[in-house]
Amino acid sequence: MINKVVSGPDEAIKDIESGMTLMLGGFGLCGIPENCISALVRKGINNLTCISNNAGVDDFGIGLMLKQKQVKKMISSYVGENAEFERQLLSNELEVELIPQGTLATRCMAAGYGMPAIFTPAGVGTEVAQGKELRNFNGKDYLMELAFEADFAIVKAWKGDTSGNLIYRSTARNFNPVMAMAGKITIAEVEHLVEPGELDPDQIHTPGIYVHRIFEGKNYEKRIEQRTVRSLDHSKI
Amino acid sequence: MLDKTGIAKRIAKEIKDGYYVNLGIGIPTLVANFIPEGVNVVLQSENGLLGMGPFPFEGEEDADLINAGKQTITTLPGSAVFDSAMSFGMIRSQKVDLTILGAMEVSENGDIANWKIPGKMVKGMGGAMDLVASAKNIIVAMQHVNKAGESKLLTSCTLPLTGVRCVKKIVTELAVLEIDQSGGFKLLERAPGVSVEEIKNSTAGKLIVEGDIPEMII
Repeated sequence: MINKVVSGPDEAIKDIESGMTLMLGGFGLCGIPENCISALVRKGINNLTCISNNAGVDDFGIGLMLKQKQVKKMISSYVGENAEFERQLLSNELEVELIPQGTLATRCMAAGYGMPAIFTPAGVGTEVAQGKELRNFNGKDYLMELAFEADFAIVKAWKGDTSGNLIYRSTARNFNPVMAMAGKITIAEVEHLVEPGELDPDQIHTPGIYVHRIFEGKNYEKRIEQRTVRSLDHSKI
Repeated sequence: MLDKTGIAKRIAKEIKDGYYVNLGIGIPTLVANFIPEGVNVVLQSENGLLGMGPFPFEGEEDADLINAGKQTITTLPGSAVFDSAMSFGMIRSQKVDLTILGAMEVSENGDIANWKIPGKMVKGMGGAMDLVASAKNIIVAMQHVNKAGESKLLTSCTLPLTGVRCVKKIVTELAVLEIDQSGGFKLLERAPGVSVEEIKNSTAGKLIVEGDIPEMII
């Protein structure tokens, strides 16, 4: 099997340079590549275009990169929960392209499936449609949306083997599999790195062909954005 | 007049046995608490889960298991997890039977605005544009008037649109209304103690009142 293991996040991102376009997996703070984000902050490169569903919070996730003014442009579907983001946006320090969440996911998917564009009804008749080609199929209008092009995709998985096969855990899967397929170079950080043969081929979510570099991450914080619980007292909801 | 819980209770009556339902953030989330017994539904969370269960017991929260509102949740027997592309695939291909979401404005032809206030709020549309563009049935849960006392049911929306001609039904603290094919808010039910006149006064768009309007049963 081909060995794709690198020593850690700093080696994994060593050739990411200022001005590049990156995809970063995760939904909110769930399933984000924490180790690589820390390494990008350490490296201090800037002018990055980041494709990610959200922009982290003020002191975690992509928010850490925003704080260091490393991001030139965010392409996201929802960027609430981040005051620094809002400040940079309203003062024109940061460019942002807001696109529908399904469009974001499907533009990643298209890249991974080798398709140049997709057609979606999301955004028809809204400002999202401005400047985009409209096509009518069977009486309904669709927008043509182009596959993303990203220099690097950085994803987080639960388990991975040394040849890059990945398994995600629960809803930390989210954007990770489609982004893993979409990068020119894909970096995967995993909680558990295992030898080939230890993962059941039937259970693989991302085949290793899509993954170029893999390492076992350390010290996952896995921060919860909205901790909601119910009382142990069964009489209350 | 209904409170938020009342709106959620009334909407819960729209849910039929066997439905796959996507609930938006806010009042729609409350609907899950009032689904009638014997009605089997599967809740879809667009971050990648079918079969969303209740909040976890304290100490059992799992950072890897959240809903689209980023709240910690649980799975149920029969739940399924998938990626974001598949999640919107099932929305786009109309496998989800009912979408319930909030709105800032709805127009009398079914347009909806709920994602942006220019110069003020720039949080983004999340999955709302995908949901409203494809859903078979969309029910809006919202207040009839905004905090400034202005009607949110308009001839045409003033805020940037989320989707066009997509809303089917609206449930507010005052009424249940249906978007009429020819344009207009057709009044179906009044909230307890609310008169047709009061609803008329709070509706800026065209209100269609035909015959006696029953009081809603909650």
